[in-house]
Amino acid sequence: MTDISTRAALPAGHGLLPASLDAFRKLAPRHAVRNPVMAVVWLGTVVTAGATLAGHASAGFGAAVTLILFITVLFANFAEAVAEARGRGQAASLRRARQDLVARRLDAAGRETTIAAAALRPGDRVVVDEGQLVPADGEIIEGLATLNEAAVTGESAPVLREAGTDRSGVIGGTRVLSDRIVVRVTAEPGHSFLDRMIALVEGSSRQKTPNEIALGIVLAVMTLTFLFVVISLPFIGGFVGVQINVVLLVALLVCLIPTTIGGLLPAIGIAGMNRALKANVLAKSGKAVEVAGDVDVLLLDKTGTITHGDRQATAFHALAGVDDAVLRQAALLASLADPTPEGKSIVRLAQQDGAAATAPAAAHFVAFTAQTRMSGVDLPDGRVIRKGALDAIARHVQALQGRVPAELQARVDDVARKGATPLVVSDGRHVLGVVELADVIKHGLRERFARLREMGVRTVMITGDNPLTAANIAADTGVDDYIAEARPEDKLARIRAEQAGGRLVAMVGDGTNDAPALAQADVGLAMNAGTQAAKEAGNMVDLDSDPAKLLAVVEIGKQQLITRGALTTFSLANDVSKYFAILPALFAAAIPSLAALDVMRLSSPASAVLSALIFNALVIPALIPLALRGVRFRPTSATRLLRNNMLVYGLGGVLLPFAGIKLIDMALAAAFTF
Amino acid sequence: MSEPFLLLALLVALGWPLGRYLAAVMRAEPMRGDRFFGWLERPLYAALGTRPETGMGWRAYAAAFLASNLLLGTVVWIIFMTQAWLPLNPDAIPNMRWDLALHTMVSFLTNTNQQHYSGQAQLSYLAQMTGVVGLQVVTPVMGLALAAATLRGLCGGRQAPGRPPGGVPADAHADVGNYWADVIRATLRFVLPLCLAWSALLTWQGVPATLAGGPLATPIDAAATLKEQKIPLGPVAPLVAIKQLGSNGGGWYGPNSAVPLENPTPLSDFLEVLAIGLIPVSIVFMIGPFTGRRRFGAMVFGTMLLMSVISTGLALWSEGHSASAADLALMEGKEVRLGTDASALWAALTTQVNNGSVNAMLDSTAPLTGLVAMVNMLINAIWGGVGCGLQQFIVYLLLAVFLAGLMTGRTPELFGRKIEGPEVKLLAVLILLQPLVILGFTAAALAIPGLAGTSSPGFHGLSQVFYEYVSAFANNGSGFEGLGDGTVWWNLSCTVALIAGRYPALVIPLAIAARLAAKRRAPEGPGTLAIETPTFALTLIGIVIILTLLQFMPVLVLGPVADHLALGSLIAR
Repeated sequence: MTDISTRAALPAGHGLLPASLDAFRKLAPRHAVRNPVMAVVWLGTVVTAGATLAGHASAGFGAAVTLILFITVLFANFAEAVAEARGRGQAASLRRARQDLVARRLDAAGRETTIAAAALRPGDRVVVDEGQLVPADGEIIEGLATLNEAAVTGESAPVLREAGTDRSGVIGGTRVLSDRIVVRVTAEPGHSFLDRMIALVEGSSRQKTPNEIALGIVLAVMTLTFLFVVISLPFIGGFVGVQINVVLLVALLVCLIPTTIGGLLPAIGIAGMNRALKANVLAKSGKAVEVAGDVDVLLLDKTGTITHGDRQATAFHALAGVDDAVLRQAALLASLADPTPEGKSIVRLAQQDGAAATAPAAAHFVAFTAQTRMSGVDLPDGRVIRKGALDAIARHVQALQGRVPAELQARVDDVARKGATPLVVSDGRHVLGVVELADVIKHGLRERFARLREMGVRTVMITGDNPLTAANIAADTGVDDYIAEARPEDKLARIRAEQAGGRLVAMVGDGTNDAPALAQADVGLAMNAGTQAAKEAGNMVDLDSDPAKLLAVVEIGKQQLITRGALTTFSLANDVSKYFAILPALFAAAIPSLAALDVMRLSSPASAVLSALIFNALVIPALIPLALRGVRFRPTSATRLLRNNMLVYGLGGVLLPFAGIKLIDMALAAAFTF
Repeated sequence: MSEPFLLLALLVALGWPLGRYLAAVMRAEPMRGDRFFGWLERPLYAALGTRPETGMGWRAYAAAFLASNLLLGTVVWIIFMTQAWLPLNPDAIPNMRWDLALHTMVSFLTNTNQQHYSGQAQLSYLAQMTGVVGLQVVTPVMGLALAAATLRGLCGGRQAPGRPPGGVPADAHADVGNYWADVIRATLRFVLPLCLAWSALLTWQGVPATLAGGPLATPIDAAATLKEQKIPLGPVAPLVAIKQLGSNGGGWYGPNSAVPLENPTPLSDFLEVLAIGLIPVSIVFMIGPFTGRRRFGAMVFGTMLLMSVISTGLALWSEGHSASAADLALMEGKEVRLGTDASALWAALTTQVNNGSVNAMLDSTAPLTGLVAMVNMLINAIWGGVGCGLQQFIVYLLLAVFLAGLMTGRTPELFGRKIEGPEVKLLAVLILLQPLVILGFTAAALAIPGLAGTSSPGFHGLSQVFYEYVSAFANNGSGFEGLGDGTVWWNLSCTVALIAGRYPALVIPLAIAARLAAKRRAPEGPGTLAIETPTFALTLIGIVIILTLLQFMPVLVLGPVADHLALGSLIAR
């Protein structure tokens, strides 16, 4: 996977200036009201400014409070702007890929006209030749080609796309490296993959996720309750002779409402989408990423997902009385001209084991056909070497008046039981032995499934293999369950069954026959290499076409929630120490005995209030990196996760501000005299 | 000092079997006594036109609850305002003024028993026995019914017989039980037998139980102004039994169990303290067998026990050892017959359990004891009132699940059902209501001259007013006293606080539970947050503190904390 930031137009530090400008632009009331917590701070700024001008508080103190509140709002805007700027860098490079595309459209008679790509409609057929850019999203209906999709995926290794296969989808803006293809356009102008991606990374089409909405309500409620507290306070305080001016009240309010999480909440949401993109996963909505964090069951196809999909020779099994070297040599000769990956892997394995790699010049190679279901070689010395399935070779040998040894069946069964495919090799009318072809399991899958299991996600493998083979592969890879001899409709049925049990299901697929299952699943991760139907049906597309990518998405989804929860806890826990700073400052003038509550021994009431406010403001930029990166997530039990986060963000949130406020107070006392 | 430990041991020893029995009652399991109770219950069901096995959706359940309250309230209000003309009034007590009658009625209807009157002087025997005792019996049971219905909802609704457990189809109207059956069964099979036992025990200890008018006595310090004193009596023992057991707290006499006639001996004092906690603790023990989630029941018990032990310990320390407690100069109004430990123990328990009865005047306790009492009532879920304590606990539980769920990286879910926007909105109403009502009225009463009627100026006066509204909203009913609270303002503002503190707090958790019951249930797997763990319990306590205390911190600082510091510096001088 290539890091998407390598193709971002701007290096990370370079976006700070536009982000700062954006922070001011976001002061517009239209934008401000979208975030109730920060809107209250913004309103408080206006109120303190007015009160200071009207002479309700000393000019210096009033101005200081107003300024700090204003900066608090700016910091929150800045956090959002930074997150957006990161996405915008990606969007800029995407936009370049979209610019100035021209299309060679074919009409019904097959004539070509050159038009602007923007004029294309779904159903149009276009021709793309070597070196040209694909003008729009579509499906190859004729030919095959290698493409460079670096503009979209950041991955410059060419990919192969072919008509009539599960890998027929092409994306507008990518370049054809070889051959000529005819593409049927599938996207409306302005709704292409690139357009959607640009909108997503810029955050313009971002909708709040359900959890974000629920959390937003909690934060609004906490803000409102503290508003009641602050409004009622002068009336209650008046009874015991405490007079509190408006500036102090606003300061208290801003310290109490959850500004930390309120200021960072939009940034967390945008950053989550960006992190998904960075993992080269294009989620169609923020909700999809969040739901991924809740997934209970993951369904995967065996072929191409768990295994490489092409079988490789892993061992030779000579029959009794046959020398291993003889079998190796025969298998090697039979495969020298075999262009399939299986044939090549036999050659490779035989050479590794020491067989010679040359064939006599006059050898006649026999290719595999559907009728004979064998391939091999006829040597000039009259030897006829064949390899093929058991029944094909048995028929071949019997036709030559040979005898099929009883031992063969047992050997073939042994191999099959291991989940491998047996290939029988014969020389003339003698059966020599069996080549074991295994579907090689992808490296590191076991660890990934174990990690998923730790997160509470069960993996289910879907395979067309017989139950014996399926069980073997399941045990090898560590999947929790498998469906053997599965037909395409079994996938859908399994998803429905799991959902009926209340579980959230993720499905990884690429083929057109996966589309219903991808649509039915709560999280459908389609492979970018897959068909257009699959990509439309899923709610996420993996640009790297790496099925195990779901692991990354699940982690990002969980991180999103954890970051929000942790910062909310932190924000509320901070209130304890802020009370200890502000309440004595507020009341001590009228009630000297309350100075006993000033456990931090702050230098003066004015400095106490300012210190608490400055701490409150500084926490926001200090936590921007955490909001963008997300709270670290390690798969572990939910209880341990909760304990760790409560200790760090709950207990830490109570204690940290005591130190922070005291330090700021000392700095203020040293710099100014109050 | 062994009394608190003995009390705790007895609460557990009695609460455990009572909780199991209560679960069987609420689950309508076959039991001994079915024939006897069936004979009592069947006519009641027939009169109400209901069949006990018919289930109700949450709307029907809540509607039945509200309708029964409206009806009872109207009848009792009329009795209070016309008692002079009604029978059983040997002491010729006059009719009650409309606003005082309204407040008194609402106060008893909401299981609060906040008293702006003196029972022995302002209520006839009939009014005491119907309006007071009648409501004292039935209103706690209503709370219990709502809590049981909420628990049914949280567990996906009541199972029809024969349906496999967990196989409830997702339907918008989960069966949360039958309101009438819940109230009638719990009253007849649980509350009344307990009351009977306690009245007998208290009568044995010397609490009066008579329908005759009170005798005249000549005091030994008879003076020209007071030659003879009328000793008010009446059927006191049964009322004291139910006021203690049913988290009611409204005594026969104005000064409540501080009067020797209501609380004659140390043993009666212990019996009455035990009764305060008995039913609330039994309800916590009921959760496990009632829902089949024993570990959940254990978590609730452990959480409440921890909060209770801390709160009680603080009250005992404050009353016995804090700077503003032990000084002779501050002995005004202290209870000396049973001692300060007994006062503190009672004060802690009566506010944890939202009972509200007192055996010493809180006005005269150390300021920090008052602080503990206020905090107990603001939390209102350390055991809590009958039923309503559990409802309030469920509110905290849902909020804790929400935050903790986020922190474990999953959409928050309770028992496999997701807590989403609509549920959080309903919770938001409850979170907002408490500061709005309490702070709003406190500010108004203190800021508008002539409204408060406090007996002390300054911090203590502030505490008196704040305490009154906290107590009303928490449906506790205890008073800081020393407050001239018999005015139209106090009666009406407290009436509003009482209603706002009772009905939303009982109905909204039920509505949320029913909404959750209608959702698809996810099986609990390794990734789901287990709520039956100490980690979660501590998180929940943290949420309780953050949510409740932060909002009231400034007032608590200006009231009891300032009071304490001022007294402390006074003593030091």
